[in-house]
Amino acid sequence: MVPAPEECVHSSDDIVNEGRFASMDDPAYAPAVELVHVSKTKPVLLGDSVTQLQVIGDVSFSVPKGEILALVGPSGSGKSTLLRMMNRLEDPSSGQISLFGTDISSLDVRELRRRVGMVFQTPALIAGTVADNVSYGPRLRGEDCDPGECLDLVRLERDLLHRPATALSVGQQQRMCIARALANRPEVLLLDEPTSALDQTAANTVLDLVCRLNREMGLTVIMVTHLMEHARAVGTRVVLLVRGAKIEEGAANAFFASPATEIGRRFLQGELSNEC
Amino acid sequence: MNASAYIHISLIDLLIALLFVGVTALISYWQHLGLERDIAIGTVRTFVQLLTVGFVLQRLFDASRWYWVVLALAIMTTVAGYNAVKRQAGAKQGLFAMTTASIATGGAITLILVIGVVLRVLPWYQPQYVIPIAGMVIGNSMNGAALVVNRFHSELTLRRSEIEASLALGAPAREAAAGALRESLRAAMMPTVNSMMTVGLVQLPGMMTGQIISGASPLDAVRYQVVVMLMIAAATAVTAMTAAFGALRVFFTPAQQLSPRLELGRHWDAYVGRRQS
Repeated sequence: MVPAPEECVHSSDDIVNEGRFASMDDPAYAPAVELVHVSKTKPVLLGDSVTQLQVIGDVSFSVPKGEILALVGPSGSGKSTLLRMMNRLEDPSSGQISLFGTDISSLDVRELRRRVGMVFQTPALIAGTVADNVSYGPRLRGEDCDPGECLDLVRLERDLLHRPATALSVGQQQRMCIARALANRPEVLLLDEPTSALDQTAANTVLDLVCRLNREMGLTVIMVTHLMEHARAVGTRVVLLVRGAKIEEGAANAFFASPATEIGRRFLQGELSNEC
Repeated sequence: MNASAYIHISLIDLLIALLFVGVTALISYWQHLGLERDIAIGTVRTFVQLLTVGFVLQRLFDASRWYWVVLALAIMTTVAGYNAVKRQAGAKQGLFAMTTASIATGGAITLILVIGVVLRVLPWYQPQYVIPIAGMVIGNSMNGAALVVNRFHSELTLRRSEIEASLALGAPAREAAAGALRESLRAAMMPTVNSMMTVGLVQLPGMMTGQIISGASPLDAVRYQVVVMLMIAAATAVTAMTAAFGALRVFFTPAQQLSPRLELGRHWDAYVGRRQS
């Protein structure tokens, strides 16, 4: 039996109280990430013709600093698109996304991407060794980086540093990708289905790692997943997205114990088909 | 190189050459290749196109005016730019201007060097030199530009996840696509480099053959051919480089994102066209 991942223990209130802001009502308080009326229409190929499809419709929510937000929903609900807009791999058609109170479209896009790290479903390797991969971000800016330290953070042995990245197992590669994102010293980490390509053991290792990084470094995490046990294991907050619309938003415990909406309840029972 | 040193082809001789077409058509008929119609059209086109070009060139040579020569070069470049894009499998929007500009850049730099510095043609616009040399330069530049655009498109599709991972780490498009750019440039340069390896061993280049038939000494023709080979290599390299940087601007947005045209492929043209109308 594979042990279940350790659940993250804190609640959102703890984070706010531990942080430098007295409460969410403090005027100086700005959430790590805030979406205001975000919509996205994009051309999609249907059969042999291109159709404008609204993939995100008027979504607003905020992610307080230090939280782990699980962005859940059936596949095709727009979760990944929403995540990709947070570091501007795509842009919203309307609405605004802010990082600690600043509109991200006003930031230098490369600096934004340094501050908002991203890890993808399948580990995307950069040609070269593990060290080449991990130090890629800092090297771009001509900064020094100790790749060994970054491997320590994700509990990978330092003797892997000079191995080609392709020689690692998929689970190790995914942890290397997290180390690579951490080398940029991000303030927010975006995870797009980080466990979906992994077996249960490797997935649990990654989930434990996400919890630990959040606990020890105060890293804000937004994780897209369609696997509810993984969302439950790490999420402190949940946003449920169905057909590009926000259905629920709230504390993870409350959502998983008793969803506020009928759609939420049906989703948790696995009644929502994938293409809905 | 006096004009009487080679045998002229009369119109009667041209008609006799039609016998070759007869042989080709016969083989097609006999082996059920179904190519008879295409052979007929191809023959007519060969006659019409080449006779027209011959007529135009004759007028151009007789007039020997710099502005007619420049106009001819502009037309050749534009047609080459269009042809380079025509071979692109995905969307074509925004590429035509880019390939034409690349071919013009690579072509102009090389042509100025060859006409002005190596051959020192006086006056510089003598059509006898400028037109055939420009034809070779522009033709090879066209192939270079087409190869860059095609290869870059397929490399981006292939390496998409790696490129987006780099972008997400804060890499500029130029850095994220460095591998794709390198492969595209290699693809564009390989044919030229290969032909430099085998020239003269497998077949004699067309221009050299022509010069020899016109009565030039093989030693003289060979010198021309050396210049031509090197000039083609330079033109291809400059054009490919320019086209690669142009392609970077076409396939990435200013916000260092991969353009949605990659996902939509050839449907992108229709989509953009509809949005603009």
